[in-house]
Amino acid sequence: MTSAPSSAANISDVPNPALAVATLASVTEHVSALPLAHPRPRFWWLIFLTAFAGVMLLLASIAWLFVRGVGIWGINIPVGWGFAIVNFVWWIGIGHAGTFISAILLLLHQNWRTSISRFTEAMTLFAVACAGIYPLLHLGRPQYFYWLLPYPDTMGLWPQFRSPLVWDMFAVSTYASVSLLFWYTGLLPDFATMRDHAATAGKKRIYGLLSLGWRGDARHWAHYERLYLTLAGLAAPLVISVHSIVGLDFAAAMLPGWHSTIFPPYFVAGAIFSGFAMVLTLVIPLRRVYRLEAYITDRHLELMAKVMMAMGWLVTYGYFAEFVASWRGGNLYERFVGVNRATGPYAFAFWLLLACNILIPQLLWRTAWRRNPAVLLGVALAVNVGMWLERFIIVVTSLHRDYLPSSWGMYRPTFWDWSTFLGTIGLFIALLFLFLRFVPAISMSEMRGLIAKKEELP
Amino acid sequence: MNAAPYGTVATYGSPDELLAAVRNVQAAGFTRIEAFTPFPVEGMAELVLPRPSNLPAIMLGAAASGAIFGFALQSCAARDYPLNSGGRPLFSWPSFVPVTFELAVLTAVVTGIAVFLWRAGLPHYHHPVFAAHNFGRASTDRFFLAVCADDPRYSPIAARAAFANSGPISVEEITS
Repeated sequence: MTSAPSSAANISDVPNPALAVATLASVTEHVSALPLAHPRPRFWWLIFLTAFAGVMLLLASIAWLFVRGVGIWGINIPVGWGFAIVNFVWWIGIGHAGTFISAILLLLHQNWRTSISRFTEAMTLFAVACAGIYPLLHLGRPQYFYWLLPYPDTMGLWPQFRSPLVWDMFAVSTYASVSLLFWYTGLLPDFATMRDHAATAGKKRIYGLLSLGWRGDARHWAHYERLYLTLAGLAAPLVISVHSIVGLDFAAAMLPGWHSTIFPPYFVAGAIFSGFAMVLTLVIPLRRVYRLEAYITDRHLELMAKVMMAMGWLVTYGYFAEFVASWRGGNLYERFVGVNRATGPYAFAFWLLLACNILIPQLLWRTAWRRNPAVLLGVALAVNVGMWLERFIIVVTSLHRDYLPSSWGMYRPTFWDWSTFLGTIGLFIALLFLFLRFVPAISMSEMRGLIAKKEELP
Repeated sequence: MNAAPYGTVATYGSPDELLAAVRNVQAAGFTRIEAFTPFPVEGMAELVLPRPSNLPAIMLGAAASGAIFGFALQSCAARDYPLNSGGRPLFSWPSFVPVTFELAVLTAVVTGIAVFLWRAGLPHYHHPVFAAHNFGRASTDRFFLAVCADDPRYSPIAARAAFANSGPISVEEITS
């Protein structure tokens, strides 16, 4: 047994043994070979085509939604927020780990982030793409989504800026744009490397265009480094604001179980918790298939496991605070929501969520299990499920039985709820595999910088 | 017709050699120099930029203007399209904070990247230094230093002399 999750700062000072033997050329060669040489093509095609089938399912589901309206989902009064909002919050939360790793850990000088930051930033982008679909589809008349934006229209109409829905529109679109720009800025030098390593003229031309003609000019680097740090400094509060606003979507409503000041911070912690679980879920199999163990080492997995555990405890505190507030707050309806969650018709989901988010992660107190990829993958999968269930519980149980028993009801997801959800999982994986196929998955220029520093050590 | 010279380019195998070479060349009085490296070399920024990049300050200004724009937008919308929700005041500024913040960040990020690209002169697909021998390795493990022909002290012989005692892998003249 073990050290506390907070010791992450110390362990990150230990150099990565694989980097001690790596050279500038070997790292560049190895990482750029993933898109250029396309190893393991059968694995790639198998997963990509399966995921692509998911994309088709998503398109079919959206098409049917446009034809028939949101009635194809299981939502109705009283439960008007079904899978659409559950999945929106789940996906956007997953995205937050990417920004946490690439921006906040950069500002904290956690160098171990280098080998996973590019990949997790890509994960952020694709998760936000999946998340952004849901609130728009849920609008009822999704073709008018642009009414949420302030623009000089002939109707003389303005959005309601006091509404968290409008805040969401701004937060999510800003987050998506900033994540994309931050990711692309980080990619410029690597696209130049790809241009210089590509074997065919066509690839050279495409990567050359993407690199904007980057030539590694020292003056460019000097500005670039300042720019990149400042972008990270802006992305860090941004990521916190985005999920706080998502939390406010709930907290601003006068509904028992939602109307609580703990929501914004508790949602941010939950987002990073689920995001790290998703990073682990993806990285553990992929590093094995693509032989990236030298870059994404067991130490990386262990550090991520520790961050995940720390966030898990913050989330646990959130559950505890909610429970105490509902029990001791003196509000009959709040108390009833607590009892209904634990014993009502959705109790199975509630208890499963507690098992997945609180009980199972405690396995990671044991160092040997933290370092065991199979155990870690199992825990990460459980947390993914647990965090999805958490959003389901928050959304559905507060709505289905609120103040008046005469207006109580049940929410049962339909085929189209599930197909849209599966479809976004397909979209996410398809985009991720396109990324792995065409873009260097590890930041080569940052890795070279790390290696150069190691060489200077005595 | 002879092409105009771009300058003389030397290749080095390590960041330390490059830093030493930059110091040598600057000591020899050359001011129009360009270095090309596969990653930001520590200590290089101070040599090639007279003062640190002021990008963060520009981004702060952009953030402030984005915030003012966002806040003004919402205040004007509240006046032009009054929505009475539960008798709350029309100018309910605390609820304008989230959108103000998001617009501040968005403006700062877009401005920062735009100013960076404009300063760096990117996108710029054709540059004479791409013709240098093995320049493809400037994005992997080679460090290039150029003394440009528009330097008042430039001559191929003077440039080669300035490179000589820093141990370059190769030196060549490039035309633009």
